[in-house]
Amino acid sequence: MFDDRYTLAYKMYPYEKSPDQNKAQAVRHPVVVMGGGPIGIATALDFGLQGIPVLVLDDHEGVGMGSRAICFSKRCLEVADRYGAGEPMLEKGVVWNLGKVFHKDEKVFEFNLLPEEGHKYPAFINLQQPYYESFQLDRLRKLQEQGAPIEIRGKNRVDNVKVHDDHVVLEVMTPDGPYKVEADWLIGCDGASSPLRAMLDMDFTGKVFQDSFLIADIKMKGDVEFPTERWFWFEPSHGQGASTLLHKQPDDVWRVDFQIGWDVDRKEEMKEENIRRRLDAFLGGVAYDIVWSSIYTFQCKRMDTFRNGRVFFAGDAAHQVSPFGARGANSGMQDVDNLGWKLGLVINGKADDSLLASYDIERIHGADENILNSTRSTDFITPKSDQSRIFRDAVLALSGAYEFARPLVNSGRLSVPCTYDGSPLNSADALAGPERTRPGSPCPDAELADGYLLGQLGNDFVLLCINTDGPDGLEECGIKVRTIRLTAQDDPKGYVKDRYLGDAASAVYLIRPDQHVAARREVFNENMVRAEIRRAIGKE
Amino acid sequence: MSTLNLTANIERPDDFYADLIDAHEGLSKDESDALNARLVLVLANQIGDYATLKAALDAAALK
Repeated sequence: MFDDRYTLAYKMYPYEKSPDQNKAQAVRHPVVVMGGGPIGIATALDFGLQGIPVLVLDDHEGVGMGSRAICFSKRCLEVADRYGAGEPMLEKGVVWNLGKVFHKDEKVFEFNLLPEEGHKYPAFINLQQPYYESFQLDRLRKLQEQGAPIEIRGKNRVDNVKVHDDHVVLEVMTPDGPYKVEADWLIGCDGASSPLRAMLDMDFTGKVFQDSFLIADIKMKGDVEFPTERWFWFEPSHGQGASTLLHKQPDDVWRVDFQIGWDVDRKEEMKEENIRRRLDAFLGGVAYDIVWSSIYTFQCKRMDTFRNGRVFFAGDAAHQVSPFGARGANSGMQDVDNLGWKLGLVINGKADDSLLASYDIERIHGADENILNSTRSTDFITPKSDQSRIFRDAVLALSGAYEFARPLVNSGRLSVPCTYDGSPLNSADALAGPERTRPGSPCPDAELADGYLLGQLGNDFVLLCINTDGPDGLEECGIKVRTIRLTAQDDPKGYVKDRYLGDAASAVYLIRPDQHVAARREVFNENMVRAEIRRAIGKE
Repeated sequence: MSTLNLTANIERPDDFYADLIDAHEGLSKDESDALNARLVLVLANQIGDYATLKAALDAAALK
């Protein structure tokens, strides 16, 4: 039978019988994506925009119910923007900058994310996951109307896969029974409990944390004013959680997150009267509706490798982190951003397997950074030994009185994009420029006289010439490089100078299709730049 | 004159904190207490200045 594992918020791709199902021979597709969540759909957008046919198989017919992920980072939104889906997210999302930390009900300090000027996207927005997903799907429908080769099949559940040297065979179950699909390449975006990972018997190792959290998303009734800030309590006196988080979402919905311990009776805790008991103790006499609730436990784990021959893993399927710091969906989007162009070049015969090997190198680096940060936050929020708790409480006690202790307070280190230091695709830094734009870095945005810099970068290799010139139409190994020239006139507020030049008089940046810096130097040098392009596609 | 610095001065605070907690991994309560005592003495020697140490004692007491 074909049962749903969860309830849908929006049914967006109802099951339809595909002509593939009537064919005696399995039909071969260049790219098949397993899973229609935020990462699977982003993958479809990436390949669709490249003009490479992509088929998404999802065992559901749309977007799942429940707020779930609510915090999306700048880099994640920039990737979504490259796919043409970022602007509605920004419009709907709640922008916040101020966070307050409380210990035993006393405010110990507050922090401001101090947004840097001159970026199209803020450091974070809060947005319920179903909105995020539906904006991506809206974009996907638009691209389909424009002829992009993207197909989604709802209620197509992959039950088995067989990996061959040059393709993958998938056994797919539908309401009309099973059929087979072949894929040149398969990308598993099937979530933290990835059935694909299990089918291929691949390891997923790390730490499980012995604590659980109760989430309640609530809508206040009447005139209740809470500011648009992130409030985090350690050991609140209401006693309904060892820690509590309050965070605003769009539609006047508030996320409340109670840390409720490991030995809890999930069924009992999920009863509305018990959720209300906690909320009432926390909020006092406020009236509210419960929009959604859930209990979660978490782990920090990753696969040893995100690849098995013709199969890649992306997002939670490849790595899972605690929710502290907004590193789940955000790092999944960076996976897709990284994999899309590399696999695209290989499919188009312009790069070899060596480029694909760099996906593991770069994204495992990213996953480890996320796991490290998220593990540390978790250890601070839920100390795992008496000694750890003693230090945690000492830090909190000192942080109210002394500024020095505040950097040690860790209620989540908020996600920043990964710099691929040491990647084999980077060329040696040949510019005395700012640290933040060294090879491997994601390009920081910069407001220009007309629009934003990031809007001009991405999708192709770009030669960004600042206060100097480079040729048009450079081509190396079949890679056509797009040239962008900027001068002081394009940069009235000096953001490009600050972020890309520093003390250098001029710069030529080679920028990858995922907006990461591959190489930089002061002036154009044809032989060197050609070698840098070859290195950036794994050919040097 | 005391020169106790109570503004943020620890380089790589998250790395330091993780190392501090790791140092106690697997120790008994007595062993942990002893480690902390030794650590306080090592750090005190690094500071050296009597007035500063006195000010640090007062700061830690949250007086």
